[in-house]
Amino acid sequence: MWLLNSSIGKKVVMSLTGLFLILFLTFHMSMNLVAIFSAEGYNAVCEFLGANWYALAGTAVIAAGAVLHILFALWLTYINRRARGKDRYKVSERPKEVEWASQNMLVLGIIVVIGIALHLYQFWFKMQFNEITGILPEVNPHDGYALIAETLGNPIMAVIYLVWFAAIWFHLTHGFWSAIQTLGWNNKIWLSRWKCISNIYTTILCLGFAVVAIYFGFIA
Amino acid sequence: MEKNINITLRIWRQKGPKEKGAFKEYSLQNISTESSFLEMLDVLNEQLINNGEDPVVFDHDCREGICGMCSLYINGHPHGPDEDVTTCQLHMRKFNDGDVITVEPWRSAGFPVIRDLMVDRSAFDKIMQAGGYISVNTGGVPDANAIPIPKANADEAMDAATCIGCGACVAACKNGSAMLFVSAKVSQLALLPQGRIEAARRAKAMLSKMDELGFGNCTNTGACEAECPKNISITNIARLNREFIKAKLKD
Ligand code: HEM
Ligand code: SF4
Ligand code: FES
Repeated sequence: MWLLNSSIGKKVVMSLTGLFLILFLTFHMSMNLVAIFSAEGYNAVCEFLGANWYALAGTAVIAAGAVLHILFALWLTYINRRARGKDRYKVSERPKEVEWASQNMLVLGIIVVIGIALHLYQFWFKMQFNEITGILPEVNPHDGYALIAETLGNPIMAVIYLVWFAAIWFHLTHGFWSAIQTLGWNNKIWLSRWKCISNIYTTILCLGFAVVAIYFGFIA
Repeated sequence: MEKNINITLRIWRQKGPKEKGAFKEYSLQNISTESSFLEMLDVLNEQLINNGEDPVVFDHDCREGICGMCSLYINGHPHGPDEDVTTCQLHMRKFNDGDVITVEPWRSAGFPVIRDLMVDRSAFDKIMQAGGYISVNTGGVPDANAIPIPKANADEAMDAATCIGCGACVAACKNGSAMLFVSAKVSQLALLPQGRIEAARRAKAMLSKMDELGFGNCTNTGACEAECPKNISITNIARLNREFIKAKLKD
């Protein structure tokens, strides 16, 4: 199967799962913004995406995408380190054309994973998981708004979330156009356009997340 | 303006592929800034030979930037700090009096060191043999204008064809990937009608040879393009990806 045993095939898996996760983040960010304007509105969204079959199926698909992305990231990084060889250069300079993020995708990804673990524990575990299992009877799984207000109301937690969003920003300013390039959808004219679109899209995405953290951490 | 400078060289010395290597320092006096980097190394080797020591082994041939034999990772850059030139075209005027210049071989699992600064780049020949050609019948030479080719395609194919196969892209890549080289060699033919016929087979064969020989996976950092002496564009890599994905989807 070429997606598994060729270098471009493995990259296509990285690219498609990465783009899918960007799409998911876009929906997630849009829903978060509702919380700034209306507690009822936000809780209505939470109820809609509670523990019914379509929300669970969606969650499973997103989880599968994330797991594939992470497994392929580790696999590719392993092969790449082996291809680099045992001996390292004594003196090495990063050319100015090379983005810092592009050479640190794994490190950024690991920060993102830690953020995801924290986030799943603080929200998913207390909401969707709690609704199915009833493991935490004292938490109302449908009152997402109260959960946000309580969690991000702690300014330290808000800052931790902001660091997480910054890592995602760096990951995606490179990842977005890189995914397009991997799919071969690039040429001399579009190369700089895709890089520009990557920067703008990622900045809007991360600002959307950041606004919510800043609002609950420092304003509300 | 011509002047003479004194420099210190920190050069990787390694007796053989299996031997352990180490850096060794040499000082050189009165090197003309008019001389090329390789001429400077010739001066060093002459001194070493006169002192009864082994000369530093490095690859070179044409010394005019077209054959792709010269290599050397100089002060953190393949082909040295100058832009868009090969090591043989690098001049000592790019350096200052008192500089310490670190010279290393290409370091990549696909290019094992043979001796000192010379590495084995025969992997590139194997990739070319896997499909970097067109099959033609011998016979009369066809008329040059019999097949019309759009100017834009001809230009891009010519740009891709300027790749001299030096391997600086692999040396620069944190993933030890040969994608820039392979994509240039696939593109120079894929863009022309004569090369289109075998395009799908070529992309698959050259890429799987590259993978088989232990080169890494491209993560689009662009270090290859920045360090390539011939300014080969990474849009060629997009074309290779496209050719490969299309070929696989058709299978
Ligand atoms: C918020 C979730 C994430 C999104 C939206 C995302 C998105 C992307 C995208 C679009 C790419 C570019 C793919 C390509 O170059 O073809 C990418 C590459 C990469 N990602 Fe992620 N990613 C996420 C999380 C992670 C995590 C958790 C890890 C690792 C532990 C990770 C590790 C990597 C690595 C190492 C690469 C570079 C691999 C390569 O280009 O071959 N990512 N990511
Ligand atoms: S693409 Fe550039 S750096 Fe790579 S082998 Fe060709 S000329 Fe050398
Ligand atoms: S020696 Fe031929 S390109 Fe440098």
